Amino acid sequence: MAADPATIAFRFGYGLPHVSGAATDAAGMLALLSEPDDIAGRHKGVGFAAALPLLTEMQEARRAQRNDPVEKSRYKAAVGASDTAALAGAQAGFARVLDNPDGFRERLVRFWANHFSVSAKNRQEVLLPGTLIEDAIRPHLTGRFTDMLQAVTLHPAMLIYLDQVLSVGPGSKTGQKRDRGLNENLARELIELHTLGVNAGYSQDDVRQMAELLTGLTVDFPRGFVFEQRRAEPGAETVLGISYGGEGVEPILAALDGLAMRPETAGHIARKLVVHFVSDTPDDALVAHVRAAYLKTGGDLMAVYAALLDHPAAWGSDAAKARQPFEFIVSSLRALGVTGDALMQGGERPFRRFIVAPMQVMGQPMQGPPGPDGWPEDMTAWINPAGLAARINWAMDVPARLLPDLPDPRDLAMGALGSRASERLLWAVARAETLREGVGLVLASAEFNRR
Amino acid sequence: MDRRFFLRGTALLGCSAAAHPFLSTVTLAGADGGHPLGNHRLVVIILRGAMDGLDVLQPLGDPMFASFRPTLAGAGATDLDGYFALHARLGALMPLWQAGELAFAHAVSTPYRDKRSHFDGQDMLEAGTGMDVPIGDARDGWLNRLLQAVPGMRAETAYALGGEAVPLLAGVAPSRTWTPDTALEMSSQNRLLLEAIYHDDPLFQGASVEAMDLAAGMRAEAVAAPTPGPDPARLAEIDTLVDFAASRLIEDTRIAAFSQNGWDTHRGQVAGIGRSLTRLERTILRLKEKLGPVWDTTTVLAMTEFGRTVRENGTKGTDHGTGGLMLMAGGAVRGGKVYGRWPGLAEADLYDQRDLMPTGDVRAYAAWAMAAAYGLDRRMLETSVFPGLDLGDDPRFML
Repeated sequence: MAADPATIAFRFGYGLPHVSGAATDAAGMLALLSEPDDIAGRHKGVGFAAALPLLTEMQEARRAQRNDPVEKSRYKAAVGASDTAALAGAQAGFARVLDNPDGFRERLVRFWANHFSVSAKNRQEVLLPGTLIEDAIRPHLTGRFTDMLQAVTLHPAMLIYLDQVLSVGPGSKTGQKRDRGLNENLARELIELHTLGVNAGYSQDDVRQMAELLTGLTVDFPRGFVFEQRRAEPGAETVLGISYGGEGVEPILAALDGLAMRPETAGHIARKLVVHFVSDTPDDALVAHVRAAYLKTGGDLMAVYAALLDHPAAWGSDAAKARQPFEFIVSSLRALGVTGDALMQGGERPFRRFIVAPMQVMGQPMQGPPGPDGWPEDMTAWINPAGLAARINWAMDVPARLLPDLPDPRDLAMGALGSRASERLLWAVARAETLREGVGLVLASAEFNRR
Repeated sequence: MDRRFFLRGTALLGCSAAAHPFLSTVTLAGADGGHPLGNHRLVVIILRGAMDGLDVLQPLGDPMFASFRPTLAGAGATDLDGYFALHARLGALMPLWQAGELAFAHAVSTPYRDKRSHFDGQDMLEAGTGMDVPIGDARDGWLNRLLQAVPGMRAETAYALGGEAVPLLAGVAPSRTWTPDTALEMSSQNRLLLEAIYHDDPLFQGASVEAMDLAAGMRAEAVAAPTPGPDPARLAEIDTLVDFAASRLIEDTRIAAFSQNGWDTHRGQVAGIGRSLTRLERTILRLKEKLGPVWDTTTVLAMTEFGRTVRENGTKGTDHGTGGLMLMAGGAVRGGKVYGRWPGLAEADLYDQRDLMPTGDVRAYAAWAMAAAYGLDRRMLETSVFPGLDLGDDPRFML
């Protein structure tokens, strides 16, 4: 497939200029993707194992302060330590994207993190979304979908976010003794959002049975993930016509595999990928092509990505999607020549002020999307007066505060947009009264904000 | 940025869930000249996340209720009519009930059934269509179709930081743009250049006019983190929105629509719904206060995508259900009454053995409110505004 460099960079990466070592064609993209995820080791995130002591301390300190006001400062310190670690993890997430020649991998990480959305609902949970990416998304990015699904579903971040940690089989020992019962939240979203999709032919009974099957999965401090047989609903459960019996996590893993292998799941994943990367109104043939690759390989994600990249409809010339705020900021920093190391060395304050806070104003706060269905894909959700205003403001203001020297806006336009820079933009940029405004025009332009 | 509202036209805000999480919007409709809709005001509040109607308006008279709701039933609820009791956290609305300015319709729903997905349920509530229209295919909302049916009406949407978007009025009705009188901090040359670079891109061009005004009023590094503080229900945010909407309704605006979230109470419902009810209570009381005499000709309709399970779940909350509750308030409402046909909570009376059986259509109540307030005829409502809806008998909940 004839892939032009600008399309590779915009549609499947974080824009121009290419990081040294970047792929120049689809085969090169897949080759990079099949290599180890080295960048994750270079800029380290916070997985659940690293978060667990912080979370445990927060829990204990919180309990202690109820009885003893002196412990208040201990709790405050614990929350502060968690905030700091979460911020450093988020900063590493930006640094990875800035330095990684494999932009497609970084885009896929964000795609799957959004497919399996986890948000921090309160101050105690700020570490959780990042831990899911470290432990369940990145390590399974190029494996089978079923492996990622299992890792995500059994991950403490997901179990906490969708209330699974509270759900108890009504007929289980705990359920009987303490009069507790089911919570359907994870079971429903697992089927509706993570696998089959809402239009598939499943019933409320499937949701209920899945909820019963998931009982026993929970999180303990300081042990982390545990399966507690005494919370698990006894007996087999039937989900979509298949009975899953036995003890421990085995029947749960089997049911997740069953969901992953459903043709509706193949169609749902294929469509979401195409909508995210190519168009809000996806080409049916392209979706069918990706779906077929999924079905043929039992959800081998490398084969799925390869199918996405080898169809001509994936390489059309329209830039029919909006860069989301995260992409906008990362692409801007990259275009301005900010490296991951420089970002990390800058420390916490500028990161908070020039990246974390503006992301919120642009409508994509760091703690995650408002619901488990993730961020919207529709262009108008991002390019509306409020969202565009925030981008214009950032473009006109922040680069000058971050960099000692601003680039010549004409060079920036060529470097960041290549063949996509319109005559009109180049004309306007040359007429800006200040460097600051010239740079702002490039970053605020439609060409830069579309992909 | 400051908390004033910025108005824009409704050039397709996007269909539903595409909501800006920290941006509250209120959509307004009125006329430039004359009053084609007369003097009535309609305020539509979308309660996102599926409000538990059985907790808000508790059927204490139903022998089954207490057994289904071990931790939720009772708890300070105020008796309304010997059968239903009002949740304690709406207690400050009791004077409205006594004055005949507050009513409810129980066991109502949209035609949405069985999947119990928030996202599809909200789409259907706002589109006002039936199950015959594929979810997501309806590109406009029912209020917008009302505007199209009444000549001379215009819609606009106002923004402030702090909530969610409402597409009820999204669609193709003519829009008017209002430019706030903000002093531009941007140089005029820069503004001209921005106009130039967006000139050929309709999406960016459409958004940019108001965006430039907004940009002048906000700072790039503005922090608006909703941290829990002394105001956990974020009532200041409610006040800003209500005051703005009321200031417009007192003038030429006839319809206002906005949404409130926080109703998805899978666990620890006592605290979760309490906060949301406090916000709703504040909204209604503040509207009444700010509207003054205009309240007498106002109808407030608060509706949600579906109800929640009749049984409390295993985590002191409730899961997604079917039949729900609608709240009506205002001087134009024949209040002090619970409308709708109560289906009962016996096992055989439940929907799918788990949910309150819906016995009324939430769209029909909205339609009857518009018929009474604006004199719209039944045929128009059944064909243009809510295509395919059978209005049924007039519940006569409007004065």
